[in-house]
Amino acid sequence: MFKPSTRHNLPALTADVKINKRQSTSASSSSSSSSSRWPYRLNFYDQPPVLDITLEEFEVFAIARLRVLTHIEALSHRSLPFPQFSSAVGTYLKQHLPLSSNTARNVNVLEERRKDEIGHWVLRLAFCRSPDLRARFLRSELALFRQRFETDDAAERAAFLKSLQFDWQLVDAGEKARLETELKTCLWTSGTSKDEAFRAESWFKVPWHTVPDLVGQRRVYINGGMAYVPQSLQISLVLQAFGSRLERALELTAKNLPRLDEDERLGPVLDHLATSFLSGLGAAEYQSESDGNGTTVTADMVDDVARKHFPPCMRNLYDRLKRDHHLKHFARLQLGLFLKGIGLPLDEAVVFWRRMYGATMSDDKFNKEYKYNIRHGYGQEGKRMNYAPKSCQAILTINQPGTQDSHGCPFRHFSPDNLVIFLLSTYPQLDRSSPEMRDILDSVKTSHYHVACTRVFEVTHGLKKGQGLGPDGETVTHPNKFVDRSREMERDRMEAIKAKEGGGDEDVKMD
Amino acid sequence: MAIAVNEHADYDPSSPQVMNAFYRRLFPYRPFFLWLNQDHVPAKLYTHREFAFTLQGDVYIRYNSFHTADEFKREVLRLNPSRFEIGPQYSARPRDRKTLPAGALQPQRRELVFDIDMTDYDEIRTCCTDKKICKRCWGFIAAAVKVLDHGLRETFGFKHLLWVYSGRRGIHCWISDPAALDLTDDQRKGLVTFMEVIKGGKEQAKKVNVRGSKDEGSLHPVLKESLELLKPEFVDVCLRDQDCFRSEQGWETLLALLPTDRDVVGPLRADWKNSDKSSMAKWEQVMKLVGEMRTSNSPLFRKYERALEDIILQYSYPRIDAEVSKHRNHLLKAPFCVHPGTGRICVPVNPSLVDEFDPALVPTVGELLNELDRIPPDSGEARKADDYEHTSLKPYVDMFEKHVAAILRDSRGAKRAAKEESMDF
Ligand code: SF4
Ligand SMILES: [Zn+2]
Repeated sequence: MFKPSTRHNLPALTADVKINKRQSTSASSSSSSSSSRWPYRLNFYDQPPVLDITLEEFEVFAIARLRVLTHIEALSHRSLPFPQFSSAVGTYLKQHLPLSSNTARNVNVLEERRKDEIGHWVLRLAFCRSPDLRARFLRSELALFRQRFETDDAAERAAFLKSLQFDWQLVDAGEKARLETELKTCLWTSGTSKDEAFRAESWFKVPWHTVPDLVGQRRVYINGGMAYVPQSLQISLVLQAFGSRLERALELTAKNLPRLDEDERLGPVLDHLATSFLSGLGAAEYQSESDGNGTTVTADMVDDVARKHFPPCMRNLYDRLKRDHHLKHFARLQLGLFLKGIGLPLDEAVVFWRRMYGATMSDDKFNKEYKYNIRHGYGQEGKRMNYAPKSCQAILTINQPGTQDSHGCPFRHFSPDNLVIFLLSTYPQLDRSSPEMRDILDSVKTSHYHVACTRVFEVTHGLKKGQGLGPDGETVTHPNKFVDRSREMERDRMEAIKAKEGGGDEDVKMD
Repeated sequence: MAIAVNEHADYDPSSPQVMNAFYRRLFPYRPFFLWLNQDHVPAKLYTHREFAFTLQGDVYIRYNSFHTADEFKREVLRLNPSRFEIGPQYSARPRDRKTLPAGALQPQRRELVFDIDMTDYDEIRTCCTDKKICKRCWGFIAAAVKVLDHGLRETFGFKHLLWVYSGRRGIHCWISDPAALDLTDDQRKGLVTFMEVIKGGKEQAKKVNVRGSKDEGSLHPVLKESLELLKPEFVDVCLRDQDCFRSEQGWETLLALLPTDRDVVGPLRADWKNSDKSSMAKWEQVMKLVGEMRTSNSPLFRKYERALEDIILQYSYPRIDAEVSKHRNHLLKAPFCVHPGTGRICVPVNPSLVDEFDPALVPTVGELLNELDRIPPDSGEARKADDYEHTSLKPYVDMFEKHVAAILRDSRGAKRAAKEESMDF
């Protein structure tokens, strides 16, 4: 089993690969040069790495991969057509976990592959712990592998496949001739004639259950329990092999995991990775943009920003506060930190809350009890911690609201009926029987709350399904990101209008 | 004395006493255990298996499991359920589930099962409706059994198929091959999606869409084979017996399934409105019209030919309840249970004699108990043999035991092979 040895006190610079002496048994002789460890871009991760790594690398590589897997999972729940899905994954990968082919220039190919491999193995440790985590990890890893496989250089891919030495049984010429009619019928050709395609094609014979997807689509001929898979559909065989090996390995790792807890430095890291993935959000932390571009929000502006830009959870709290002139503790905390995040300074926050409570509260009470809490949230009292606005993950999982509470995430914490009522009354763009509404409720049903939220963002911002928050279809992971993106889009729109007006473009008529 | 034969106590299947007598004296525990366990010593296939009981008054108890066949029998006698269902072998004993960590109870192995129910045929059968079934509409089930049995054996290579009458108007199939037990949910889904041809609700006229997105491909070779098997069934059951296209609603459905490129439908409708032709005559009329296209317009001919093939499939291909087969943890009523409504026993059905099977002749629990009453109390015969041997349940238990013996033979063979292999070292 893969057992990382971390040297946490080494400087982070020590990134060079070292074969761990203690474990260098059979592997070390053949991998004396590091290039032979990763001769191909693609990797079945069959051999546990025996590399010394620093604790920092351990975490950094894992988080990079976690981000990718989370993104893949979110994308896959949006049921995009495959080419669109694949290209979205591709763009994201290029940025967060690039993996180049042997012919790539000006790239440290080995470093990329090392990072890829270590990230994979660390996440195995984090995700082997429950059947649910294993299944989700497996699905995302499969999608990742598939994307890479399909974009791989053809020659390199062929060499890689050869190295795996699959024992697929090739259908011989005699059998091929005997089954000509059947095999031909199952060929889905486009353009070229069936006869030609049949002559050029060769078939593997495998137990039908190794290619259940091809069976389900009736894309293979089946007889006597064997499926006849044309070479052109090889990807299914490869994915099946990758998936079943990884599945087995994960189960094995799960059985051996307790031994790993000895290293108490790794335990918390693994836990953190697993919980991040569980709530569907890849360790997303929010860095306020407000100090960056100096957009300050005043108490007067909150109402306008709320109506135009707040995510559903905050909109709900704000509307309630306006209506009841009151919010309970956790709700105040959730909204308060969020407001800080959008750039409401402390003094403006005090004004805002005072106004919202209105006549229902005496000045005395407000100053004594509430002002302290507000200042506390801004790090001016108590431990003087500068609390960060809560991420969706935190809202979804920490401090579950009771029946009297209004904090939390509407997608997760509202009953389906109430959610519909809330959405309809808040967003005029939504219609009870529209396909968008169905998308949203479907995502909620499958517990993909952030996907539902992203859909709301798309609908309320005139975006197409799958466009999400950002250029590569980012999903909502933080209420403040929701707001930032929404305001950014508005700014862009205003600037575009200004530009046009300034240029005296007569063709555009504004009304 | 001659009168006494007809004079029997009226046994009511909903009475607890009747069920208790059935479980005490008739239920074939031994072969039942061996069938699920595939070995003489209790294995995980039995001890980790879920049983769900439905008690009188519709109380439902899930996650029961048993160490031995005797323990199972004792519990059945104690609870006296109106029926019970079988689930998968789990990763742990289902009865321990409260003390297990979350997620530790995962379904692992399970027979591959199929469920065909007459309700799905209501729109095409003409003899009965609702909960009723007769020898005539059994014809649909018989056709379904023949096609599925053939496909599961020849195409997918399974050997140990047990067909079981569901006690009222359907049939189940249990496949016990090790390869079937091991299938994951994804694999089951793949197989079922392959086998499932009839899809779509009431509102959808055309329920067979198996020719790709443009609906103009050839049939998959396996479906083509099914089609050939079904052609005579279609003639016998749908055209002759059920006379599916006799009524206006019947022939309108037929017309709706024909392509509309040429005006074939118009004249046919005009003709059929004013005549009372049999389904056979109507079908021949359609065939003749399509036959005439062969020479004049070949692509159009192909199109109509495809449509006719699809119609045959729509009227005779097995209508399976796909969800039942897709998930290992789906519970299915056990063989040899008593159907609470009809009192009939869920007996095995021989697929090669499925045409002769008549649901009305399946023994009821009342009949069986009457047969038991008739055994002379002190006859030496009764001592030696099991009670069921004196009843009309015997041939069914015999059939079941033969099936179980074949499974055991194979599993013993597999075990011996595994042993020899490990001795090689
Ligand atoms: S998904 Fe996040 S941003 Fe959206 S409503 Fe829920 S908590 Fe708020
Ligand atoms: Zn009938």
